[in-house]
Amino acid sequence: MSATLASPAPSGFGRMTLRLVLIGAVLILALLPVLNQMPTDSALHVSDFVVTVCGKWITYAVLALAIDLAWGYAGILSLGHGAFFALGGYAMGMHLMRLIGPRGVYGHPVLPDFMVFLGYQELPWYWLGFDHFPFAILMAMAVPGLLALVVGYLAFRSRITGVYLSIITQAMTYALMLAFFRNDMGFGGNNGFTDFKELLGMPLNTPNARSVLFYASLALLLGALWLCSAVTRSKLGRVLVAIRDAESRVRFLGYDVTQHKLFVFVLSAVLAGLAGALYVPQVGIINPGEFSPANSIEAVIWVAVGGRGTLLGALLGAFSVNALKTWLTTVAPDLWLFALGGLFVAVTLFLPRGLIGLFTKAPK
Amino acid sequence: MKRHLLGLCLALLLALPAAAQDRFASALAGLGEGFGQTAEVAERLGALGDPRAIPLLRALQDGTLRRTPAGAVLLPNGTDAATGQPADATGAEPVRINNRVRQVLRGALGRLQLISPDPAERLAAAEAVFRSPAPENVPLLQSALTQEREARIRAQLELALAASQLRADDAAAKRDAVARLGTAATTEARALLIEARAANPEIATAIDVSIAAIEQRLALRRVVETLFQGLSLGSVLLLAALGLAVTFGVMGVINMAHGEFVMLGAYATFVVQELCRGIPWLAPWSLPLAVPAAFLVTALAGAVLERGLIRHLYGRPLETLLMTFGVGMILQQAVRLAFGAQNREVVSPSWMQGTLMFPGGIAMTQNRLWIIVFGIFVLLLVVAAIRFTRFGLEMRAVVQNRRIAATMGIRTGRVDAMTFAFGSGLAGLAGVALSQIDNVSPNLGTGYIIDSFMVVVFGGVGSLAGTLVGALTLGVVNKVLEPYAGAVLAKVCVLVAIMLFIQRRPKGLFALKGRAAES
Repeated sequence: MSATLASPAPSGFGRMTLRLVLIGAVLILALLPVLNQMPTDSALHVSDFVVTVCGKWITYAVLALAIDLAWGYAGILSLGHGAFFALGGYAMGMHLMRLIGPRGVYGHPVLPDFMVFLGYQELPWYWLGFDHFPFAILMAMAVPGLLALVVGYLAFRSRITGVYLSIITQAMTYALMLAFFRNDMGFGGNNGFTDFKELLGMPLNTPNARSVLFYASLALLLGALWLCSAVTRSKLGRVLVAIRDAESRVRFLGYDVTQHKLFVFVLSAVLAGLAGALYVPQVGIINPGEFSPANSIEAVIWVAVGGRGTLLGALLGAFSVNALKTWLTTVAPDLWLFALGGLFVAVTLFLPRGLIGLFTKAPK
Repeated sequence: MKRHLLGLCLALLLALPAAAQDRFASALAGLGEGFGQTAEVAERLGALGDPRAIPLLRALQDGTLRRTPAGAVLLPNGTDAATGQPADATGAEPVRINNRVRQVLRGALGRLQLISPDPAERLAAAEAVFRSPAPENVPLLQSALTQEREARIRAQLELALAASQLRADDAAAKRDAVARLGTAATTEARALLIEARAANPEIATAIDVSIAAIEQRLALRRVVETLFQGLSLGSVLLLAALGLAVTFGVMGVINMAHGEFVMLGAYATFVVQELCRGIPWLAPWSLPLAVPAAFLVTALAGAVLERGLIRHLYGRPLETLLMTFGVGMILQQAVRLAFGAQNREVVSPSWMQGTLMFPGGIAMTQNRLWIIVFGIFVLLLVVAAIRFTRFGLEMRAVVQNRRIAATMGIRTGRVDAMTFAFGSGLAGLAGVALSQIDNVSPNLGTGYIIDSFMVVVFGGVGSLAGTLVGALTLGVVNKVLEPYAGAVLAKVCVLVAIMLFIQRRPKGLFALKGRAAES
């Protein structure tokens, strides 16, 4: 990778300012559900829409962190992180589907509507256990983690790097998308899961549930941020950066490159899966479209826009690009894809260190 | 002497219709003199095999056939059925029929349609007779077979004849029928034989032999057809991947907008078609005209992309990947705004439509055959361009050693631009081919880009032979798996298989050896 990337922990005035901005942003975010409870005629009132959208963005920010950890620090450009995100989402979706119980259109006590519709007699074996919340959360971490373990092991062992790895991971999410579009997979085909009723005894679509999910996402984001910064500051993180910049040299120095990369790839996939698990109850739907390669690469561009190789950059990118998207798709929907495509071009050509590079000095 | 003989022949020829007319006219006697006699007349007409009986029997069926007190039979248009001349219609009464007559009429009409001048009607009649086999159909089918020229109808007639013969009591005819069915290669013939086996235990062994022969042919046909479909899909992949083999394989530039260049090629085809629409003599040739047009449009787009953007990112493949993906997005959205999101139709010229039938019932659609031919043509074009042109030589020189090439006076920047333009132009050619078999829509390319990259990675980066073998292998494997796993799962299986294959041979099937492999 190029040496112009920001090193893991540059210091300086710009850095301090950014940190203060981050703390301020988190405080403002934390206040949103409270402001949502204010009377509607109050000047401080925040609409349900804003709370939901910000909750969604927070899960996106976790995904961006996960991608940044793999790409920015270890040089693994995965174009399939959307698949880990979606798998986590599907695990949560299965839990939510089980919780619907007999309230479905067909009123079957156990089977979700789409299974009754497709003529299933009983629950497929891989749906067992998803009626328990802890099991669903465990699966939201374990399934993406295992997939990353298998794909990563196969890829890193044969030293597939750079664009080849990107293409392989893109093919992975593409294959999963095709598979999940099938009705006989038992995951609802192209309709996916929707019409969720409740989670942990709280009916969804109430201010209460929105606040809980919002704070859970925020907690996940802060946890992920803490975990990532711990990893990147550790010796392991230094080795990862070294692998990113000179993989062969690190190998010759006696480090097990495959294991290091595998660790960070799996960790990153687990984070993405958790983000997906919190994303689904907030948007109320999960379908195979989440696996589309375009989604994964869009998430990569958040990181590129914000500035890869810095955790703050990933957050900044996720929030700013999604804010732009939400604004543009309402103001001028036709322009959004031009803007997104233009971002890809502009960031790679003119802003290799991303927005964060505007505030921090380039390392020597 | 000769002249006399000729005259005699002519006289005989002229006399033939007259004789037929006589038989037709005399067969009409008794029509309308009671239901029993009417039924007999219908039976006679059905056996006679004269096409003129068809409108007459239809009119009888509809109740629009009339009979004058003098005994002349009048068709609905007022002409005398026997003479074909207009006739006096005073006192004419409709000929009445009952259920028994109706039944006879249906059979007679069905048999008569076997000699109808309309091929579709003949085919339908042959199928109808096949569905209701009876020994009395045999002579009729035999006479129809002597006149039939069209292979499809002949095959159906043969089948119907064999089915009717199997119902007859004639053991020799049965054996004959079984033997002839054995030469067919259709599932219908096999079903017929399996049915006959239970009814005719005495010739069971002969039937078994014929069934085995049919099954062998059916299996062969399945293999050939699967192979054809696989090659056809493979040549589509080849077309889409050849451009990548140049830009990614030779130059090492990863162009995620390649699929959008394919899409641009398809839209160029559409535009050329619309331009040619106004000029009648040019319209059938819009597709061949679109080939250079699509190449030029996409080559130009490629040159602009390379000179304007990509060259600033040489040596940074991941950034190139992201940047070109963005360019692809912009192109897609621009086309969506310019042409609309709905599918645009590119019509196949008449010489590309239809299906070719090969011996043994193997069917190949013409446009797929043409795509295979086109794929071979483009492959040869690429090989020739790289091997035998000055541009190809310079291109190879720059790839092998950019600095030495520059010292030799090669303008490496220009060669880069031209190579990228060439690869992009090939994507445009793929777009021309895809416009014939896929919907021309703004996201046409996205469906092919991942497959094309798989082909290039599988075949070995930088190897044209690898691209060819990779594309054809993937196409055939996909189509072989499809009947067992379904189209989507077959694709997933292939993707997984490639990922595992790369484990064994990370450099692909045709890995470069020697110095070029090290970079």
